[in-house]
Amino acid sequence: MERRIYIQPERITSLINGRLAVAALLMVIGSVVLVARYSHLQIVRHSDYVTRADNNRIQVRPVAAPRGLIFDRNGVLLAENRPSYTLTVTVERAGDLAQLLPVLTRLVGLSEREITAFKKRATRSPRHQPVPLKYRLDERDHARLAVEGHNLPGVEVTAQPQRYYPLGAAFSHVVGYVGKINDRDAAQIDANRYAAVDSIGKSGLEREYELQLLGGAGSEQIETDARGRTTRLLERTEPRPGANLSLSIDARLQQRAYQLLAGERGALVAIDVTTGGVLAMISTPSFDPNPFVTGISHRDYTALISSADKPMFDRALRGQYPPGSTIKPLFGLAALQEHAIEQSYTIEDNGFFKLPNVERPWRDWNYKRGGHGSHVDLAEAIIESCDVFFYDVSIKTGIDALAAYGHKFGLGNPTGIDLPGEASGIMPSAEWKAAKLNSQWFDGDTINASIGQGFFLATPLQLAVMTARLASRGEAITPYIVETNNGVATTHRRAKIEVDSTNWDYLHQAMQQVVAGARGTARGIATNAYSIAGKTGTAQVISIAADEEYDRDELEHRQRDHALFIAFAPVEQPRIAIGLIVENGEHGSSVAAPIARGLLDLYMELYPSQATTGATLDAAS
Amino acid sequence: MPQVDFVRRIESGRRTAPKLHLDLPLLTLVLLLAAAGITILYSAAGEQFFYVKRQLVFLTVGLAIMVVIAQFPVRFWERWTIVFYTGGLLLLGLVLLVGVGAKGAQRWLDLGFIRVQPSELMKLTVPMMVAAFFHRRAVPPNFAEVMIALALTGGPTLLILVQPDLGTSLLIFSSGVFALFLAGLEKRYMVGGATLAVIATPLAWIYLLRDYQRQRVETLFNPESDALGSGWNIIQSQTAIGSGGLTGKGWGNGTQSQLNFLPESHTDFIIAVLAEEFGLVGVLILLTIYLLLIARIAVIAANTPSVFGKLVAGSMAMTFFVYIFVNMGMVAGILPVVGVPLPFVSYGGTALLTLLFGFGVLMAIATDKDKN
Repeated sequence: MERRIYIQPERITSLINGRLAVAALLMVIGSVVLVARYSHLQIVRHSDYVTRADNNRIQVRPVAAPRGLIFDRNGVLLAENRPSYTLTVTVERAGDLAQLLPVLTRLVGLSEREITAFKKRATRSPRHQPVPLKYRLDERDHARLAVEGHNLPGVEVTAQPQRYYPLGAAFSHVVGYVGKINDRDAAQIDANRYAAVDSIGKSGLEREYELQLLGGAGSEQIETDARGRTTRLLERTEPRPGANLSLSIDARLQQRAYQLLAGERGALVAIDVTTGGVLAMISTPSFDPNPFVTGISHRDYTALISSADKPMFDRALRGQYPPGSTIKPLFGLAALQEHAIEQSYTIEDNGFFKLPNVERPWRDWNYKRGGHGSHVDLAEAIIESCDVFFYDVSIKTGIDALAAYGHKFGLGNPTGIDLPGEASGIMPSAEWKAAKLNSQWFDGDTINASIGQGFFLATPLQLAVMTARLASRGEAITPYIVETNNGVATTHRRAKIEVDSTNWDYLHQAMQQVVAGARGTARGIATNAYSIAGKTGTAQVISIAADEEYDRDELEHRQRDHALFIAFAPVEQPRIAIGLIVENGEHGSSVAAPIARGLLDLYMELYPSQATTGATLDAAS
Repeated sequence: MPQVDFVRRIESGRRTAPKLHLDLPLLTLVLLLAAAGITILYSAAGEQFFYVKRQLVFLTVGLAIMVVIAQFPVRFWERWTIVFYTGGLLLLGLVLLVGVGAKGAQRWLDLGFIRVQPSELMKLTVPMMVAAFFHRRAVPPNFAEVMIALALTGGPTLLILVQPDLGTSLLIFSSGVFALFLAGLEKRYMVGGATLAVIATPLAWIYLLRDYQRQRVETLFNPESDALGSGWNIIQSQTAIGSGGLTGKGWGNGTQSQLNFLPESHTDFIIAVLAEEFGLVGVLILLTIYLLLIARIAVIAANTPSVFGKLVAGSMAMTFFVYIFVNMGMVAGILPVVGVPLPFVSYGGTALLTLLFGFGVLMAIATDKDKN
């Protein structure tokens, strides 16, 4: 065959060697391709791949700052952080969920609802992020996961501090609560500060001091392996812990007040007369704040907000009530100081009052008994709560002067307490009426205002502030809850109200006789242990026409009068002032005053010595 | 009976001292590669000695085998190839019947104390068989000879393809074809074969390839399409290579390798570990050693007198390069992912033994003076 010419060894060798040369050329080309490819990856695209490699391994995690703790004045914990364990699954690393979920169900008992919620969260959350599957694992679940679940890829248990309120309902209005950040919160906050936390103060101090309690988030750069396990901590910026708050409130007084008001709809505020620090602040009925922390169920929430007793409503701060007769000491003081009357001034009280040229009589509450009789002076009018005297004196003093004193003593404006959403109340005056109602002020309005009725509205907090300012002989303290913020004492504005000391003496004596006097309206709470100054009040819920009779049996319970009481003690050197209301309690004397007495008893027992501040140090050390 | 060369020399009465049949340049380069391989393997295996120890054992045994093999004359290998080849075919048949495997493929024979992978042995035996066939024949081959050579190559290829092991079967097929090419295969066959391949490729794509194999090819062109599934390996290996840069992150400091982002880091993807920790410099050094080794084999092929020796050495040089090219290419994302280890570097006992067995044959060829 002619083509098979290569039979000689030399020619075979040269043919094969020629083919080897071709192969060598192909290999050189192949090597160039490889070098080009590796150079492209390692030189041209080097920085891209460095970024990728770092993104692979380095994760920046925000580190939550521990939320500031809240203590009462003696160091009793009111809001703390407890560890709560959450089971999370990183879907991308977990493999087949259909296999994993039954395993986890066996370990920690997942409910259908938890699984559905998890799947919903998983579709929403970014890839490669741990998705919460079960919250609030108990110790048993946690232990079982640690033993049996440690080799499940993508399954992690994270410990997160969770807010807890050990004293529950007694403090829920003042301390407030934190809850999950909702869309409305999210729109208002700096997302960076909240990167590591999912809760935010929703009410009370938790809301007022949110940014201080929150602290500053830290961060850590961690290196993780392909299964998402942390292998190394590369860098850590420590979080700045939230500020601890110490309150002026004494938890024992708070809890006593809560017990005393149990079963009532009402509110009580007790203030340290010398400082303005709130000793107790209660609104009943109340609620347990703890379910709000992890998200209260819709049903429970609906039950709370639809309750006719409005447990969520902070009556102490936002409840606005006619102050009734509790306003009389202040207005009496105003009349004396403004020289509308002298201390010797008396009237004839037949149980009603008539303005010149007006047919309509203004009746006293004890009109049927024929009034308080003759020679009723200011002291007697306060002690026995004589309306007619104040009708007369208020006309003499004039609404402008009365309103001015009301404002000075804290009425008609927010007191400036460090709590959110304080109501301002109404200190009616000609100016106010013109502005708000666009109508003229009548003497009849003055008469209504003189006994704390008509347009007049005040919060229990305002009543307590007024009482404290009366007790301290004109020290216009500002009420506050937080005594020290991160160890630094808070400062508060205060002013001096100038009133002659003879007038103060007169007033304190009269208020003392409300309790100590034989005909005092609060004589039922008199005690020999210490001296109490007080004033009862009754606020009409519905107006009674002049010729109508007050028939309590015909009134539904909720239409009965509110019972009010203000008090301070000891009279010689006042340290505690109280304002309180019992809704539909009818009589300040029989319902409200004993509550104040109960609280004062405990206060005197806890702080028998001079200043509460001294006692604070003893108790704290 | 075959005789060991130095024995024969003594018997033939020559006065020269008994001499070991070794090729020093080849041995030096092999030892250099083995050292580099162990170094990288130590890091790739998570800085633990388990794999390193085993690899060292295989290396020692393999080097011993190599030295022994090198002492047999080329003529012995030429004559006995048909026996090895037939035995290899039987073992491949046995694998299909009683083989053990992993991930849905039957590749190993369990001999109790050791698992052997007959397909590895065929990597060497097939080109030797084709070379033996063309020994003492006129070249270029005629049609019948081309067909026989293709049948000798295709038989084992098909047996391995059905295991299934696409990568190895393609490599074995190409090693046979390389021998055929070196034997002077005429251009018309090459053109014909290329045409046939172009026609067959779509058919093979539809009928022959399995789903996972199709996916591997698709992944090559768009790894991001399934970044966590089939694309994961290739994305992570490219990230490892690219992040290594020019000089690398240092031995044992490759984050991709050490934190398990890189899969198969001690076997098929080990070049990514090298690239990450020693950079482009490391890759170029390794590639240079490989090319020197291949050049040395090519020189041996060019210088050896026998056709058998030339074809075996030449096809081994080409096959060796193809291993390196396919492995480095697939890890760098220019070829689909097929199971091809990197010679002397990837962990694997059978592959190392086969390789050193082949180098033993090469050394026998290198020192051969016999034209027949």
